[in-house]
Amino acid sequence: MDRRSVLKAAGVMTAAATALVALPRLAWAAYSEKAFKAKGAQDALSSLYGANATTPSDQVKLKAPDIAENGAVVPVEVETDLDAESIAILIEKNPSPLAISADLPAGTQAMVKTRCRMGETTNVTAVVKSGGKLYTATKEVKVTIGGCGG
Amino acid sequence: MSTIRIKAKERNGMVDVKALMKHPMETGLRKDKDGNKIPEHWIQDVAAESNGKTVFAASFNTSISKDPYLSFAFAGKKGDSLTLSWKDSKGETDTAEVKIA
Repeated sequence: MDRRSVLKAAGVMTAAATALVALPRLAWAAYSEKAFKAKGAQDALSSLYGANATTPSDQVKLKAPDIAENGAVVPVEVETDLDAESIAILIEKNPSPLAISADLPAGTQAMVKTRCRMGETTNVTAVVKSGGKLYTATKEVKVTIGGCGG
Repeated sequence: MSTIRIKAKERNGMVDVKALMKHPMETGLRKDKDGNKIPEHWIQDVAAESNGKTVFAASFNTSISKDPYLSFAFAGKKGDSLTLSWKDSKGETDTAEVKIA
């Protein structure tokens, strides 16, 4: 092996090592295109969890404003005492209702807070998957169209 | 500059994480002033890792507001690092790392 090929081989190896480092080390949640594109809440749940039978539960706590002056930014919080594997938020009247699905590994608190868009006054449903079953809490959020505030 | 701002604070063994990501989160439904549809472009996946272990993983739809805010909590301790990354519908990604305070 002459000097040139040694250098070339070293270059290739460096490039390979860089590519390895550049790869995302994190494990993404499995993005379910079908669930997120679903036009109805029931279809979205079927695609996401393989089942859409839900049980309303007062152990699922959903916090959202009664009235949202600006439908572009509505704070939504979901928390539960249940042993949750996953939490999802559905905004019923949006073109595709499933807004977020979060996987909760062991040691992670059964809670998620985010900000959602709502096109119009709608029911918001928090879904908690616990022990293979789906538990829900629903709340209506009145959206003031126009978003001019107060 | 990173598009991600993270605050991670430990209290009683639980690390409270608040993250803000700068992203347009285009729904694909909006039109520009000439009436042309603005193509959809949104963060699809967010994942967080601490000490080599995934502590949170979520998928977003376009129903999440522009410049997404996300908060969660996990069992961890002060001084450890926390890495948070996102990946959007165009395959773009960003990552940020902080020390847990």
